[in-house]
Amino acid sequence: MNKSELLELKKTACKVRLWTVEGVFNAKSGHPGGSLSAADIMTYLYFKEMNVDPKNPEDPKRDRFVLSKGHCCPALYAALALKGFFPTEEIKSLRHIGAMLQGHPDMKNTPGVDMSSGSLGQGISAACGMALSAKLSGDSYRVYAMLGDGECEEGQVWEAAMFASHYKLDNLVAIVDYNGLQIDGSVEDVAGLDKLNEKFTAFGFEVYEIDGHDFEQIEDALGKAKTIKDKPVAIIAKTVKGKGVSYMENQVGWHGKAPNAEQYKTAMDELNAQLKALEA
Amino acid sequence: MAESIKIATRESFGQALCELAKEHDDIVVLDADLAAATKTEIFKKAYPERFFDCGIAEGNMIGVAAGLAAAGKVPFAASFAMFATGRAYEQVRNSVGYPHLNVKIAGSHAGISVGEDGATHQCCEDIALMRTIPGMVILNPADHYEMIEAVKAAYAYNGPVYIRLGRLAIDSFNDPDNYSFEIGKGITLEEGNDVTVIATGLVVYEALKAVRELKEKGINARLINMHTIKPIDKDIIIKAAKETGKIITVEEHNIIGGLGEAVAAVTAENYPVPVYRIGVEDTFGHSGPAVGLLAEFGLDKDGIEKKIVELIKK
Repeated sequence: MNKSELLELKKTACKVRLWTVEGVFNAKSGHPGGSLSAADIMTYLYFKEMNVDPKNPEDPKRDRFVLSKGHCCPALYAALALKGFFPTEEIKSLRHIGAMLQGHPDMKNTPGVDMSSGSLGQGISAACGMALSAKLSGDSYRVYAMLGDGECEEGQVWEAAMFASHYKLDNLVAIVDYNGLQIDGSVEDVAGLDKLNEKFTAFGFEVYEIDGHDFEQIEDALGKAKTIKDKPVAIIAKTVKGKGVSYMENQVGWHGKAPNAEQYKTAMDELNAQLKALEA
Repeated sequence: MAESIKIATRESFGQALCELAKEHDDIVVLDADLAAATKTEIFKKAYPERFFDCGIAEGNMIGVAAGLAAAGKVPFAASFAMFATGRAYEQVRNSVGYPHLNVKIAGSHAGISVGEDGATHQCCEDIALMRTIPGMVILNPADHYEMIEAVKAAYAYNGPVYIRLGRLAIDSFNDPDNYSFEIGKGITLEEGNDVTVIATGLVVYEALKAVRELKEKGINARLINMHTIKPIDKDIIIKAAKETGKIITVEEHNIIGGLGEAVAAVTAENYPVPVYRIGVEDTFGHSGPAVGLLAEFGLDKDGIEKKIVELIKK
Protein backbone atom coordinates (compact mmCIF):
# COMPACT_ATOMS: atom_id res chain seq x y z
CA MET A 1 0.00 0.00 0.00
CA ASN A 2 1.17 3.52 -0.60
CA LYS A 3 1.76 6.15 2.05
CA SER A 4 -1.56 7.91 1.63
CA GLU A 5 -3.46 4.61 1.93
CA LEU A 6 -1.53 3.78 5.06
CA LEU A 7 -2.29 7.20 6.50
CA GLU A 8 -5.98 6.81 5.71
CA LEU A 9 -6.08 3.43 7.44
CA LYS A 10 -4.39 4.89 10.50
CA LYS A 11 -6.92 7.71 10.63
CA THR A 12 -9.84 5.32 10.20
CA ALA A 13 -8.48 3.06 12.94
CA CYS A 14 -8.26 6.09 15.18
CA LYS A 15 -11.91 6.87 14.47
CA VAL A 16 -12.83 3.25 15.15
CA ARG A 17 -11.17 3.64 18.54
CA LEU A 18 -12.94 6.94 19.22
CA TRP A 19 -16.33 5.37 18.49
CA THR A 20 -15.41 2.29 20.49
CA VAL A 21 -14.77 4.41 23.57
CA GLU A 22 -17.90 6.46 22.83
CA GLY A 23 -20.00 3.30 22.71
CA VAL A 24 -18.64 1.70 25.84
CA PHE A 25 -18.84 4.98 27.77
CA ASN A 26 -22.49 5.54 26.80
CA ALA A 27 -23.32 1.91 27.55
CA LYS A 28 -21.66 2.24 30.97
CA SER A 29 -20.40 -1.30 30.38
CA GLY A 30 -18.72 -3.40 27.74
CA HIS A 31 -15.29 -4.53 26.66
CA PRO A 32 -12.91 -1.75 25.63
CA GLY A 33 -9.58 -3.58 26.07
CA GLY A 34 -10.02 -6.29 23.45
CA SER A 35 -11.94 -3.95 21.16
CA LEU A 36 -9.02 -1.53 21.05
CA SER A 37 -6.50 -4.34 20.51
CA ALA A 38 -8.53 -5.60 17.54
CA ALA A 39 -9.30 -2.19 16.04
CA ASP A 40 -6.46 -2.06 13.50
CA ILE A 41 -7.18 -5.52 12.11
CA MET A 42 -10.89 -4.80 11.83
CA THR A 43 -10.15 -1.50 10.16
CA TYR A 44 -7.95 -3.19 7.60
CA LEU A 45 -10.54 -5.90 6.94
CA TYR A 46 -13.45 -3.51 6.40
CA PHE A 47 -11.60 -0.70 4.66
CA LYS A 48 -9.06 -2.55 2.56
CA GLU A 49 -9.50 -6.29 2.48
CA MET A 50 -13.08 -7.41 2.34
CA ASN A 51 -15.49 -7.22 -0.54
CA VAL A 52 -18.53 -5.82 1.28
CA ASP A 53 -21.11 -3.24 0.30
CA PRO A 54 -23.00 -1.33 2.99
CA LYS A 55 -25.81 -0.80 0.49
CA ASN A 56 -26.17 -4.54 -0.01
CA PRO A 57 -25.25 -6.11 3.32
CA GLU A 58 -26.90 -9.45 2.46
CA ASP A 59 -25.11 -9.91 -0.87
CA PRO A 60 -24.62 -13.70 -1.12
CA LYS A 61 -21.24 -13.19 -2.82
CA ARG A 62 -19.80 -10.90 -0.14
CA ASP A 63 -16.82 -11.77 2.01
CA ARG A 64 -17.81 -12.69 5.57
CA PHE A 65 -16.44 -11.64 8.93
CA VAL A 66 -17.25 -13.57 12.08
CA LEU A 67 -16.25 -11.93 15.34
CA SER A 68 -15.80 -15.12 17.32
CA LYS A 69 -14.62 -12.98 20.24
CA GLY A 70 -18.04 -11.37 20.15
CA HIS A 71 -17.59 -9.24 23.26
CA CYS A 72 -15.31 -6.97 21.26
CA CYS A 73 -18.24 -5.80 19.15
CA PRO A 74 -17.82 -2.12 20.08
CA ALA A 75 -14.93 -2.01 17.59
CA LEU A 76 -16.94 -4.01 15.02
CA TYR A 77 -19.90 -1.65 15.36
CA ALA A 78 -17.58 1.32 14.96
CA ALA A 79 -16.03 -0.14 11.81
CA LEU A 80 -19.44 -1.04 10.36
CA ALA A 81 -20.87 2.40 11.11
CA LEU A 82 -17.87 4.22 9.66
CA LYS A 83 -18.12 1.99 6.59
CA GLY A 84 -21.73 3.10 6.22
CA PHE A 85 -23.78 0.10 7.31
CA PHE A 86 -25.69 2.26 9.80
CA PRO A 87 -25.37 5.75 11.30
CA THR A 88 -22.60 6.28 13.87
CA GLU A 89 -25.26 7.77 16.17
CA GLU A 90 -26.51 4.21 16.81
CA ILE A 91 -23.30 3.60 18.74
CA LYS A 92 -24.40 5.98 21.48
CA SER A 93 -27.26 3.67 22.38
CA LEU A 94 -25.10 0.52 22.47
CA ARG A 95 -26.48 -1.91 25.08
CA HIS A 96 -29.47 0.31 25.85
CA ILE A 97 -33.00 -1.07 26.06
CA GLY A 98 -34.51 -1.18 22.58
CA ALA A 99 -31.19 -0.46 20.89
CA MET A 100 -30.16 -2.11 17.64
CA LEU A 101 -26.64 -2.65 18.92
CA GLN A 102 -26.63 -5.51 21.43
CA GLY A 103 -23.99 -6.33 24.00
CA HIS A 104 -22.83 -9.10 21.68
CA PRO A 105 -23.28 -9.23 17.87
CA ASP A 106 -26.80 -9.96 16.64
CA MET A 107 -26.96 -10.81 12.95
CA LYS A 108 -30.74 -10.56 12.91
CA ASN A 109 -30.90 -6.88 13.72
CA THR A 110 -27.58 -5.31 12.82
CA PRO A 111 -26.76 -4.71 9.15
CA GLY A 112 -23.28 -5.98 8.34
CA VAL A 113 -23.06 -8.48 11.19
CA ASP A 114 -22.61 -11.83 9.45
CA MET A 115 -23.00 -14.07 12.49
CA SER A 116 -24.40 -13.75 15.98
CA SER A 117 -21.62 -14.53 18.40
CA GLY A 118 -20.45 -14.01 21.92
CA SER A 119 -20.30 -17.46 23.42
CA LEU A 120 -16.61 -18.10 22.93
CA GLY A 121 -15.45 -20.82 20.58
CA GLN A 122 -18.60 -20.84 18.48
CA GLY A 123 -17.87 -18.23 15.83
CA ILE A 124 -14.99 -20.16 14.29
CA SER A 125 -17.31 -23.14 13.68
CA ALA A 126 -19.87 -20.94 11.95
CA ALA A 127 -17.06 -19.45 9.85
CA CYS A 128 -16.12 -23.00 8.82
CA GLY A 129 -19.74 -23.57 7.74
CA MET A 130 -19.72 -20.40 5.66
CA ALA A 131 -16.41 -21.33 4.04
CA LEU A 132 -17.74 -24.81 3.31
CA SER A 133 -20.88 -23.33 1.77
CA ALA A 134 -18.74 -21.21 -0.57
CA LYS A 135 -16.86 -24.33 -1.67
CA LEU A 136 -20.11 -26.19 -2.30
CA SER A 137 -21.55 -23.37 -4.36
CA GLY A 138 -18.34 -22.57 -6.20
CA ASP A 139 -18.35 -19.04 -4.81
CA SER A 140 -15.11 -17.16 -4.47
CA TYR A 141 -15.88 -15.24 -1.30
CA ARG A 142 -13.57 -15.54 1.68
CA VAL A 143 -14.38 -15.90 5.36
CA TYR A 144 -12.49 -14.17 8.15
CA ALA A 145 -12.91 -15.18 11.77
CA MET A 146 -11.39 -13.22 14.60
CA LEU A 147 -10.66 -15.05 17.83
CA GLY A 148 -9.35 -13.96 21.17
CA ASP A 149 -6.24 -15.58 22.56
CA GLY A 150 -8.12 -16.55 25.70
CA GLU A 151 -10.86 -17.91 23.47
CA CYS A 152 -8.41 -20.49 22.16
CA GLU A 153 -8.80 -22.24 25.53
CA GLU A 154 -12.23 -23.39 24.31
CA GLY A 155 -12.15 -26.95 22.99
CA GLN A 156 -14.54 -26.06 20.19
CA VAL A 157 -11.86 -23.87 18.59
CA TRP A 158 -9.79 -26.99 18.03
CA GLU A 159 -12.75 -29.06 16.86
CA ALA A 160 -13.28 -26.34 14.27
CA ALA A 161 -9.57 -26.22 13.45
CA MET A 162 -9.57 -29.96 12.70
CA PHE A 163 -12.65 -29.53 10.54
CA ALA A 164 -11.18 -26.60 8.62
CA SER A 165 -8.01 -28.43 7.70
CA HIS A 166 -9.75 -31.77 7.06
CA TYR A 167 -12.00 -30.12 4.51
CA LYS A 168 -9.17 -27.96 3.11
CA LEU A 169 -10.94 -24.67 3.75
CA ASP A 170 -8.35 -22.42 2.09
CA ASN A 171 -10.98 -19.68 1.90
CA LEU A 172 -10.93 -19.38 5.69
CA VAL A 173 -8.60 -17.12 7.65
CA ALA A 174 -8.61 -17.33 11.45
CA ILE A 175 -7.07 -14.26 13.05
CA VAL A 176 -6.09 -14.49 16.69
CA ASP A 177 -6.01 -11.17 18.52
CA TYR A 178 -3.14 -12.14 20.80
CA ASN A 179 -3.23 -9.36 23.40
CA GLY A 180 -2.06 -11.66 26.17
CA LEU A 181 -4.74 -10.82 28.71
CA GLN A 182 -8.05 -12.36 29.73
CA ILE A 183 -10.47 -11.64 32.56
CA ASP A 184 -8.65 -13.52 35.29
CA GLY A 185 -5.20 -12.31 34.36
CA SER A 186 -2.56 -12.96 31.75
CA VAL A 187 -3.31 -15.78 29.34
CA GLU A 188 -0.03 -17.33 30.30
CA ASP A 189 -1.00 -17.42 33.99
CA VAL A 190 -4.62 -18.49 33.51
CA ALA A 191 -4.27 -21.42 31.15
CA GLY A 192 -1.14 -21.07 29.05
CA LEU A 193 -1.37 -20.95 25.27
CA ASP A 194 2.32 -21.26 24.77
CA LYS A 195 3.38 -22.10 21.21
CA LEU A 196 0.00 -21.22 19.75
CA ASN A 197 1.67 -21.07 16.35
CA GLU A 198 2.80 -24.67 16.67
CA LYS A 199 -0.66 -25.70 17.80
CA PHE A 200 -2.27 -24.24 14.69
CA THR A 201 0.49 -25.68 12.52
CA ALA A 202 -0.11 -29.11 14.04
CA PHE A 203 -3.80 -28.73 13.28
CA GLY A 204 -3.01 -28.24 9.61
CA PHE A 205 -2.99 -24.45 9.27
CA GLU A 206 -0.57 -22.22 7.45
CA VAL A 207 0.45 -19.85 10.23
CA TYR A 208 1.69 -16.27 10.10
CA GLU A 209 2.76 -14.28 13.13
CA ILE A 210 2.50 -10.54 12.84
CA ASP A 211 2.26 -7.29 14.76
CA GLY A 212 -1.49 -6.72 14.77
CA HIS A 213 -1.02 -2.95 14.84
CA ASP A 214 1.20 -2.78 11.77
CA PHE A 215 -0.95 -2.35 8.67
CA GLU A 216 1.83 -3.40 6.34
CA GLN A 217 2.26 -6.67 8.20
CA ILE A 218 -1.52 -7.20 8.24
CA GLU A 219 -1.63 -6.61 4.50
CA ASP A 220 1.29 -8.88 3.87
CA ALA A 221 -0.20 -11.77 5.87
CA LEU A 222 -3.68 -11.45 4.36
CA GLY A 223 -2.13 -11.23 0.90
CA LYS A 224 -0.07 -14.37 1.44
CA ALA A 225 -3.16 -16.11 2.83
CA LYS A 226 -4.80 -15.80 -0.58
CA THR A 227 -2.01 -17.78 -2.21
CA ILE A 228 -2.36 -20.75 0.15
CA LYS A 229 -4.17 -23.70 -1.39
CA ASP A 230 -5.87 -26.66 0.27
CA LYS A 231 -5.43 -25.54 3.84
CA PRO A 232 -6.75 -22.83 6.13
CA VAL A 233 -4.66 -19.94 7.38
CA ALA A 234 -4.18 -18.71 10.92
CA ILE A 235 -2.76 -15.27 11.59
CA ILE A 236 -1.51 -14.80 15.10
CA ALA A 237 -1.55 -11.07 15.62
CA LYS A 238 0.41 -9.81 18.59
CA THR A 239 -1.47 -6.84 19.96
CA VAL A 240 -1.68 -4.52 22.94
CA LYS A 241 -4.87 -4.74 24.95
CA GLY A 242 -6.41 -1.30 25.27
CA LYS A 243 -4.18 0.01 22.42
CA GLY A 244 -4.44 3.77 21.89
CA VAL A 245 -5.67 4.76 25.35
CA SER A 246 -2.62 5.09 27.56
CA TYR A 247 -4.14 4.10 30.89
CA MET A 248 -5.87 1.04 29.37
CA GLU A 249 -2.85 -0.38 27.58
CA ASN A 250 -1.83 -3.82 28.87
CA GLN A 251 -4.13 -3.44 31.86
CA VAL A 252 -6.22 -6.52 32.56
CA GLY A 253 -8.71 -4.40 34.48
CA TRP A 254 -9.89 -2.83 31.23
CA HIS A 255 -11.11 -6.09 29.78
CA GLY A 256 -14.72 -5.49 30.63
CA LYS A 257 -15.18 -2.10 32.24
CA ALA A 258 -16.46 1.24 31.01
CA PRO A 259 -14.54 4.46 31.67
CA ASN A 260 -16.10 7.02 34.00
CA ALA A 261 -16.67 10.60 32.78
CA GLU A 262 -13.17 11.73 33.61
CA GLN A 263 -11.53 8.64 32.14
CA TYR A 264 -13.73 9.02 29.06
CA LYS A 265 -12.52 12.58 28.55
CA THR A 266 -8.90 11.51 28.91
CA ALA A 267 -9.37 8.69 26.41
CA MET A 268 -11.14 10.90 23.88
CA ASP A 269 -8.53 13.64 24.28
CA GLU A 270 -5.73 11.16 23.68
CA LEU A 271 -7.40 9.61 20.64
CA ASN A 272 -8.36 12.97 19.21
CA ALA A 273 -4.77 14.13 19.61
CA GLN A 274 -3.59 11.02 17.74
CA LEU A 275 -6.10 11.73 14.97
CA LYS A 276 -5.08 15.37 14.79
CA ALA A 277 -1.44 14.37 14.50
CA LEU A 278 -2.29 12.05 11.61
CA GLU A 279 -4.32 14.76 9.90
CA ALA A 280 -1.59 17.35 10.26
CA MET B 1 -54.41 -48.78 3.20
CA ALA B 2 -50.78 -49.50 2.49
CA GLU B 3 -49.22 -52.46 4.22
CA SER B 4 -47.72 -51.87 7.64
CA ILE B 5 -43.96 -51.92 7.55
CA LYS B 6 -41.59 -52.41 10.44
CA ILE B 7 -38.78 -49.89 10.32
CA ALA B 8 -36.95 -47.58 12.74
CA THR B 9 -37.73 -43.90 12.27
CA ARG B 10 -33.99 -43.20 11.92
CA GLU B 11 -34.06 -45.35 8.79
CA SER B 12 -37.12 -43.48 7.52
CA PHE B 13 -35.25 -40.24 8.19
CA GLY B 14 -32.29 -41.31 6.06
CA GLN B 15 -34.61 -42.31 3.24
CA ALA B 16 -36.54 -39.04 3.50
CA LEU B 17 -33.33 -37.01 3.19
CA CYS B 18 -32.44 -38.82 -0.04
CA GLU B 19 -35.89 -38.21 -1.48
CA LEU B 20 -35.77 -34.51 -0.63
CA ALA B 21 -32.23 -34.09 -1.93
CA LYS B 22 -33.33 -35.19 -5.41
CA GLU B 23 -35.25 -31.96 -5.79
CA HIS B 24 -33.35 -29.61 -3.50
CA ASP B 25 -29.67 -29.06 -4.02
CA ASP B 26 -29.39 -26.77 -1.00
CA ILE B 27 -29.68 -29.71 1.39
CA VAL B 28 -26.41 -30.55 3.15
CA VAL B 29 -26.09 -33.34 5.72
CA LEU B 30 -23.68 -33.37 8.64
CA ASP B 31 -22.98 -36.16 11.08
CA ALA B 32 -20.62 -36.71 14.00
CA ASP B 33 -19.22 -40.17 13.33
CA LEU B 34 -22.60 -41.85 13.71
CA ALA B 35 -23.78 -41.97 10.11
CA ALA B 36 -24.22 -45.73 10.29
CA ALA B 37 -26.44 -45.34 13.35
CA THR B 38 -28.39 -42.18 12.53
CA LYS B 39 -28.83 -43.55 8.98
CA THR B 40 -27.47 -40.44 7.33
CA GLU B 41 -25.23 -43.02 5.63
CA ILE B 42 -28.12 -43.58 3.24
CA PHE B 43 -27.74 -39.97 2.15
CA LYS B 44 -23.96 -40.21 2.25
CA LYS B 45 -24.01 -43.04 -0.30
CA ALA B 46 -26.38 -41.22 -2.62
CA TYR B 47 -24.91 -37.72 -2.27
CA PRO B 48 -21.32 -38.00 -1.01
CA GLU B 49 -20.51 -34.47 -2.22
CA ARG B 50 -23.13 -33.02 0.10
CA PHE B 51 -22.33 -35.12 3.15
CA PHE B 52 -19.76 -33.98 5.71
CA ASP B 53 -18.62 -36.04 8.63
CA CYS B 54 -17.59 -33.71 11.43
CA GLY B 55 -16.00 -36.44 13.51
CA ILE B 56 -16.78 -36.82 17.19
CA ALA B 57 -17.22 -33.10 17.73
CA GLU B 58 -20.90 -32.28 18.07
CA GLY B 59 -20.46 -28.70 19.24
CA ASN B 60 -18.50 -27.83 16.12
CA MET B 61 -20.98 -29.72 13.95
CA ILE B 62 -23.83 -27.52 15.16
CA GLY B 63 -21.72 -24.40 14.58
CA VAL B 64 -20.80 -25.53 11.06
CA ALA B 65 -24.50 -26.13 10.41
CA ALA B 66 -25.23 -22.59 11.60
CA GLY B 67 -22.62 -21.18 9.22
CA LEU B 68 -23.97 -23.22 6.30
CA ALA B 69 -27.47 -21.94 7.06
CA ALA B 70 -26.23 -18.36 7.36
CA ALA B 71 -24.78 -18.77 3.88
CA GLY B 72 -28.03 -20.11 2.42
CA LYS B 73 -27.79 -23.88 2.70
CA VAL B 74 -30.32 -26.09 4.51
CA PRO B 75 -28.21 -28.28 6.76
CA PHE B 76 -29.50 -31.38 8.55
CA ALA B 77 -27.13 -32.18 11.43
CA ALA B 78 -27.53 -35.61 12.97
CA SER B 79 -26.16 -37.34 16.03
CA PHE B 80 -27.58 -39.21 18.98
CA ALA B 81 -30.22 -37.15 20.78
CA MET B 82 -27.98 -37.13 23.85
CA PHE B 83 -25.15 -35.38 22.05
CA ALA B 84 -27.05 -33.25 19.54
CA THR B 85 -29.19 -31.66 22.24
CA GLY B 86 -27.19 -32.36 25.39
CA ARG B 87 -23.51 -32.04 24.58
CA ALA B 88 -24.22 -29.33 22.02
CA TYR B 89 -27.07 -27.64 23.87
CA GLU B 90 -25.35 -24.31 24.12
CA GLN B 91 -24.27 -24.32 20.48
CA VAL B 92 -27.86 -25.06 19.51
CA ARG B 93 -29.09 -22.24 21.73
CA ASN B 94 -26.58 -19.56 20.78
CA SER B 95 -25.48 -20.38 17.23
CA VAL B 96 -28.80 -21.71 15.91
CA GLY B 97 -31.65 -20.66 18.17
CA TYR B 98 -30.70 -17.06 18.91
CA PRO B 99 -30.12 -16.10 15.25
CA HIS B 100 -33.09 -18.34 14.29
CA LEU B 101 -31.05 -20.02 11.58
CA ASN B 102 -32.49 -22.57 9.20
CA VAL B 103 -30.80 -25.59 10.77
CA LYS B 104 -32.47 -28.98 11.16
CA ILE B 105 -31.14 -31.05 14.04
CA ALA B 106 -31.85 -34.76 14.11
CA GLY B 107 -31.47 -36.60 17.41
CA SER B 108 -31.41 -40.34 16.98
CA HIS B 109 -31.42 -43.07 19.65
CA ALA B 110 -33.82 -41.04 21.76
CA GLY B 111 -35.47 -42.52 24.83
CA ILE B 112 -34.90 -45.78 26.67
CA SER B 113 -35.55 -47.85 23.54
CA VAL B 114 -31.86 -47.35 22.72
CA GLY B 115 -31.64 -50.58 24.68
CA GLU B 116 -28.38 -52.28 25.55
CA ASP B 117 -26.15 -49.18 25.43
CA GLY B 118 -27.74 -48.08 28.68
CA ALA B 119 -28.35 -44.84 30.52
CA THR B 120 -25.49 -42.73 29.12
CA HIS B 121 -26.99 -43.01 25.65
CA GLN B 122 -30.71 -43.18 26.50
CA CYS B 123 -31.64 -39.54 26.20
CA CYS B 124 -34.91 -38.76 27.98
CA GLU B 125 -34.21 -35.04 28.26
CA ASP B 126 -33.89 -33.88 24.66
CA ILE B 127 -37.43 -32.58 24.32
CA ALA B 128 -37.12 -30.68 27.60
CA LEU B 129 -33.86 -29.07 26.49
CA MET B 130 -35.10 -28.10 23.04
CA ARG B 131 -38.40 -26.75 24.41
CA THR B 132 -36.54 -24.05 26.31
CA ILE B 133 -35.02 -22.55 23.17
CA PRO B 134 -37.17 -19.73 21.76
CA GLY B 135 -38.40 -20.43 18.25
CA MET B 136 -37.33 -24.07 18.16
CA VAL B 137 -39.82 -26.41 16.46
CA ILE B 138 -39.86 -29.93 17.92
CA LEU B 139 -41.09 -32.87 15.87
CA ASN B 140 -41.43 -36.41 17.21
CA PRO B 141 -42.83 -38.63 14.44
CA ALA B 142 -44.50 -41.89 15.41
CA ASP B 143 -43.89 -44.13 12.41
CA HIS B 144 -42.25 -44.42 9.01
CA TYR B 145 -44.85 -42.52 7.03
CA GLU B 146 -45.06 -39.72 9.55
CA MET B 147 -41.27 -39.35 9.57
CA ILE B 148 -41.16 -39.04 5.79
CA GLU B 149 -43.71 -36.22 5.90
CA ALA B 150 -42.12 -34.58 8.95
CA VAL B 151 -38.74 -34.31 7.22
CA LYS B 152 -40.41 -32.67 4.21
CA ALA B 153 -42.24 -30.25 6.50
CA ALA B 154 -39.03 -29.47 8.39
CA TYR B 155 -37.31 -28.62 5.12
CA ALA B 156 -40.20 -26.45 3.96
CA TYR B 157 -40.22 -24.52 7.24
CA ASN B 158 -37.67 -21.69 7.45
CA GLY B 159 -36.17 -21.86 10.93
CA PRO B 160 -34.62 -24.24 13.45
CA VAL B 161 -36.25 -27.64 13.86
CA TYR B 162 -35.41 -30.55 16.14
CA ILE B 163 -36.50 -33.98 14.89
CA ARG B 164 -36.48 -36.93 17.26
CA LEU B 165 -35.51 -40.30 15.79
CA GLY B 166 -35.79 -43.76 17.30
CA ARG B 167 -33.41 -46.70 17.10
CA LEU B 168 -35.99 -49.47 17.49
CA ALA B 169 -37.82 -50.82 14.45
CA ILE B 170 -41.52 -50.20 14.92
CA ASP B 171 -44.67 -51.04 12.99
CA SER B 172 -46.18 -48.31 10.91
CA PHE B 173 -49.84 -47.55 11.52
CA ASN B 174 -50.50 -44.43 9.45
CA ASP B 175 -52.02 -44.81 6.01
CA PRO B 176 -49.80 -42.88 3.59
CA ASP B 177 -52.67 -42.51 1.13
CA ASN B 178 -54.79 -40.81 3.72
CA TYR B 179 -52.30 -38.87 5.79
CA SER B 180 -51.20 -35.28 5.96
CA PHE B 181 -48.64 -33.70 8.25
CA GLU B 182 -48.83 -30.14 9.39
CA ILE B 183 -46.37 -28.71 11.92
CA GLY B 184 -48.25 -27.86 15.11
CA LYS B 185 -51.40 -29.83 14.32
CA GLY B 186 -52.08 -32.94 16.40
CA ILE B 187 -53.92 -35.85 14.81
CA THR B 188 -56.93 -37.55 16.41
CA LEU B 189 -56.45 -41.27 15.88
CA GLU B 190 -59.45 -42.47 17.92
CA GLU B 191 -62.54 -40.60 18.95
CA GLY B 192 -63.93 -40.95 22.48
CA ASN B 193 -65.21 -38.90 25.37
CA ASP B 194 -64.32 -40.79 28.58
CA VAL B 195 -60.74 -39.54 28.67
CA THR B 196 -58.15 -38.20 26.22
CA VAL B 197 -54.83 -39.92 25.75
CA ILE B 198 -52.19 -37.74 24.09
CA ALA B 199 -49.12 -39.63 22.96
CA THR B 200 -45.99 -38.74 21.00
CA GLY B 201 -43.33 -40.57 19.05
CA LEU B 202 -42.50 -44.22 19.35
CA VAL B 203 -45.18 -44.92 21.98
CA VAL B 204 -48.11 -43.65 19.88
CA TYR B 205 -48.70 -47.05 18.34
CA GLU B 206 -48.50 -48.70 21.77
CA ALA B 207 -51.08 -46.21 23.04
CA LEU B 208 -53.24 -46.84 19.97
CA LYS B 209 -53.28 -50.59 20.64
CA ALA B 210 -54.08 -49.93 24.30
CA VAL B 211 -56.91 -47.54 23.50
CA ARG B 212 -58.43 -49.97 20.98
CA GLU B 213 -58.39 -52.77 23.54
CA LEU B 214 -59.98 -50.50 26.13
CA LYS B 215 -62.78 -49.68 23.72
CA GLU B 216 -63.70 -53.37 23.72
CA LYS B 217 -63.76 -53.20 27.51
CA GLY B 218 -66.11 -50.26 27.50
CA ILE B 219 -63.65 -47.44 28.08
CA ASN B 220 -64.07 -44.93 25.32
CA ALA B 221 -60.79 -43.03 25.16
CA ARG B 222 -59.87 -40.38 22.63
CA LEU B 223 -56.33 -40.71 21.28
CA ILE B 224 -54.31 -37.85 19.89
CA ASN B 225 -50.98 -38.27 18.14
CA MET B 226 -49.02 -35.15 19.10
CA HIS B 227 -46.19 -35.31 16.58
CA THR B 228 -45.27 -31.67 17.20
CA ILE B 229 -44.29 -30.84 20.77
CA LYS B 230 -43.53 -27.22 19.93
CA PRO B 231 -45.49 -25.29 18.89
CA ILE B 232 -48.02 -27.42 20.74
CA ASP B 233 -51.53 -27.75 19.30
CA LYS B 234 -53.46 -25.76 21.92
CA ASP B 235 -56.82 -26.05 20.19
CA ILE B 236 -56.88 -29.82 20.14
CA ILE B 237 -55.85 -29.94 23.81
CA ILE B 238 -58.43 -27.40 25.01
CA LYS B 239 -61.14 -29.16 23.01
CA ALA B 240 -60.13 -32.48 24.57
CA ALA B 241 -60.13 -30.95 28.05
CA LYS B 242 -63.61 -29.55 27.55
CA GLU B 243 -65.08 -32.67 26.01
CA THR B 244 -63.41 -35.41 28.05
CA GLY B 245 -62.51 -33.68 31.33
CA LYS B 246 -59.33 -35.66 31.87
CA ILE B 247 -56.05 -36.06 29.94
CA ILE B 248 -53.35 -38.70 30.10
CA THR B 249 -50.09 -38.08 28.25
CA VAL B 250 -47.71 -40.81 27.09
CA GLU B 251 -44.09 -40.22 26.10
CA GLU B 252 -40.77 -41.99 26.03
CA HIS B 253 -39.13 -39.09 27.82
CA ASN B 254 -38.73 -37.80 31.34
CA ILE B 255 -42.13 -36.70 32.61
CA ILE B 256 -40.31 -33.49 33.57
CA GLY B 257 -40.08 -31.08 30.67
CA GLY B 258 -41.71 -33.18 27.98
CA LEU B 259 -45.08 -33.59 26.31
CA GLY B 260 -46.95 -34.00 29.60
CA GLU B 261 -45.82 -30.66 30.96
CA ALA B 262 -46.46 -28.94 27.63
CA VAL B 263 -50.03 -30.25 27.67
CA ALA B 264 -50.51 -29.42 31.35
CA ALA B 265 -49.40 -25.85 30.74
CA VAL B 266 -52.07 -25.45 28.08
CA THR B 267 -54.88 -26.87 30.24
CA ALA B 268 -53.76 -25.00 33.38
CA GLU B 269 -53.91 -21.67 31.60
CA ASN B 270 -57.01 -22.30 29.49
CA TYR B 271 -59.26 -24.99 30.88
CA PRO B 272 -57.92 -26.73 33.98
CA VAL B 273 -58.57 -30.46 34.08
CA PRO B 274 -56.48 -33.26 35.62
CA VAL B 275 -53.49 -34.17 33.46
CA TYR B 276 -51.60 -37.37 34.26
CA ARG B 277 -48.20 -38.05 32.78
CA ILE B 278 -47.07 -41.50 31.71
CA GLY B 279 -43.38 -41.51 30.84
CA VAL B 280 -39.95 -42.02 32.34
CA GLU B 281 -40.48 -41.00 35.91
CA ASP B 282 -37.47 -38.78 36.58
CA THR B 283 -35.02 -41.62 36.53
CA PHE B 284 -32.21 -42.91 34.32
CA GLY B 285 -32.63 -45.93 32.12
CA HIS B 286 -30.35 -48.94 32.07
CA SER B 287 -29.11 -51.68 29.76
CA GLY B 288 -31.38 -54.32 28.31
CA PRO B 289 -33.30 -55.19 25.16
CA ALA B 290 -35.42 -52.25 24.00
CA VAL B 291 -38.72 -54.11 24.01
CA GLY B 292 -38.08 -55.41 27.51
CA LEU B 293 -37.19 -51.92 28.73
CA LEU B 294 -40.36 -50.41 27.28
CA ALA B 295 -42.36 -53.06 29.17
CA GLU B 296 -40.40 -52.45 32.36
CA PHE B 297 -41.02 -48.71 32.16
CA GLY B 298 -44.71 -49.26 31.45
CA LEU B 299 -44.47 -47.80 27.98
CA ASP B 300 -45.70 -50.78 25.97
CA LYS B 301 -49.33 -51.50 25.13
CA ASP B 302 -49.98 -53.46 28.34
CA GLY B 303 -48.29 -50.92 30.59
CA ILE B 304 -50.10 -47.98 29.03
CA GLU B 305 -53.46 -49.79 29.19
CA LYS B 306 -52.98 -50.68 32.85
CA LYS B 307 -52.06 -47.11 33.70
CA ILE B 308 -55.04 -45.66 31.83
CA VAL B 309 -57.41 -47.94 33.73
CA GLU B 310 -55.78 -46.85 37.02
CA LEU B 311 -55.80 -43.14 36.21
CA ILE B 312 -59.32 -43.03 34.87
CA LYS B 313 -60.57 -44.05 38.33
CA LYS B 314 -58.74 -41.18 40.06
